[in-house]
Amino acid sequence: MDYSFIIYKFTLATVILIISLVVAMYATLIERKMAGFFQDRHGPNRAGKFGILQPLADGLKLFFKEEFMPQSADKFLYILGPSLTMLIALLTSAVIPWGSSIVIGGTEYSLQIADINIGILYVFAILSIGVYGIMIGGWASNNKYALIGAIRAASQMISYELAMGMAIITIVMMTGTLSLGEIVAQQHGFNWNVWYQPLGFFLFLVCAFAETNRAPFDLPECETELVGGYHTEYSSMKLGFYLFAEYINMFISAAMISSLYFGGYNFPFMDDLGLSHNALSLLGSLAFFVKITFFGFLFMWVRWTLPRFRYDQLMRLGWKTLIPLAIVNVIITGLVLMIKNHM
Amino acid sequence: MLSKYIFYFLSSVAIYAALMVLISKKPIHSVLYLTLAFFAIAGHYILLNAQFLAVVHIIVYAGAIMVLFLFTVMLLNLNIEGEFPKKNIIKFAAVIVGGLILITLIGTFRTYDLEIIKNPTLNQIGLVKNLGKVLFKEYLLPFELCSILFLAAMVGAVMLGKKDIQ
Amino acid sequence: MNSESLILFFIVAVVLVGGAVIFSSFVAPSSKNAQKSETYECGIPTQGISWLQFNVGYYLFAILFLVFDVETVFLFPWAAVMKEVGMVAFVEILIFFTILGLGLLYAWKKHALIWE
Repeated sequence: MDYSFIIYKFTLATVILIISLVVAMYATLIERKMAGFFQDRHGPNRAGKFGILQPLADGLKLFFKEEFMPQSADKFLYILGPSLTMLIALLTSAVIPWGSSIVIGGTEYSLQIADINIGILYVFAILSIGVYGIMIGGWASNNKYALIGAIRAASQMISYELAMGMAIITIVMMTGTLSLGEIVAQQHGFNWNVWYQPLGFFLFLVCAFAETNRAPFDLPECETELVGGYHTEYSSMKLGFYLFAEYINMFISAAMISSLYFGGYNFPFMDDLGLSHNALSLLGSLAFFVKITFFGFLFMWVRWTLPRFRYDQLMRLGWKTLIPLAIVNVIITGLVLMIKNHM
Repeated sequence: MLSKYIFYFLSSVAIYAALMVLISKKPIHSVLYLTLAFFAIAGHYILLNAQFLAVVHIIVYAGAIMVLFLFTVMLLNLNIEGEFPKKNIIKFAAVIVGGLILITLIGTFRTYDLEIIKNPTLNQIGLVKNLGKVLFKEYLLPFELCSILFLAAMVGAVMLGKKDIQ
Repeated sequence: MNSESLILFFIVAVVLVGGAVIFSSFVAPSSKNAQKSETYECGIPTQGISWLQFNVGYYLFAILFLVFDVETVFLFPWAAVMKEVGMVAFVEILIFFTILGLGLLYAWKKHALIWE
């Protein structure tokens, strides 16, 4: 391991983390603007032109707000909860291929931090420990609303994780690999997985909404009955972590949907353009971000369109609809692959 | 030798966490320390070139079993600080069960081939494809028996859970 | 090389998050007040302890989740090699699913999947 490798990976890691944070910041502005549009009002428009400085103002405000900790809270866990949520939200981006590769001076630099050969399972593992940040924070607050919100969140996330895992399994069955880099590379051009796995895509999308605790699955922070849900007692940057983590999760979910089902950095007719490798890579990354933006938009569109589920409806959808559908999807995919193999 | 330092680091984290599981006053802290210990053990799996097992360890133990433990602690309302009075017979039973596990472990490792631990790249069984081939070519029957075990677990869970509600 | 990159990424992320916590604890004002630091409960004095015992329904779903999670994990090695190991493994997975489907059906019929 030489120093140039460390510097390159370090730079890439910093750039990706900062892009995630900036995207999350501006996603809050876009969401508020869109909410304004859907409700026939302006949205934030005072800080800078079209409210372009609003996220900065919000960020600074969160830093300079009063730190508050309830007397009866568990001190260490109270701080650990939001930090863990933020950290876990950031960790997934390490295995996502943000672009193919860039050649500088004869050396090839991959635009993916780590192409571990079990990338998809890594994402699944991060997903399964995502419960902890919320559980710890909600429990440590020593508040009834926070505790109920946290348990709701945990129960909801584990229920939808199953259908999501089985949707991922069909992708693994088709591609025969667990590495995200390879899965994206196999969808070269317009050969996207969504054409073969429409049901899997739909299941993944619904579960992604539930896993990010976004409407219509935002019961853990349902303000009409639980005040603020699991972050009722939080203020200052710790609250900011919970809010930011939601937007980062949204961004990462959109990136995962794009790279698993919509070809990641691949776009149609990419071989016919006759561009150099580097130009093609940059164009590919751009295409990837266009896809992410589209799915981010979808997340917001759904939030301001659909009403919230009731808890029994949420559980019924998860256990009685999505899991059986996911199992059927696995069996059908297996049958089709077996028939194709034997012909 | 970077991996050597990582080994010592992970081992000390695992032992510290395991001790804190016993020492902590609040049951929730014990559960969280146990989770930390599981993460350290998952790190050991990676050092032994068994990435699939490492990730599965995190998914199943940290992601599922520990969440169940957290739920149990909250469900049984064990949140009050302090020592719980335990009967002597329970302590005695715990010692016997723990001792039996220790004997089993010693018996297993006494004849274990240490060559693989010294040279982890020789050991390819922890990689997902090799594991899949072994599991679905040589161990077909045990795999099916697992599903029956799952069925039993599920029926048991439903029995217990539903009885409490009524 | 890849696991080292992952460790590096982890370190950068920890520094970023930890830095934000420490920075915020320095710049944020703080004032202590006995009334303010009470647990929030819609403005009325807190009733009883907050670490409540909760509905057993959550526990039931957690156990069912555990079983299905282990099952999902079993499917990953199969999915990765299914094209190579062929028909026998596929039939075996079908049996596996049938047995688990029985379990799901049992839970369904016992109304365990209904939230009360």
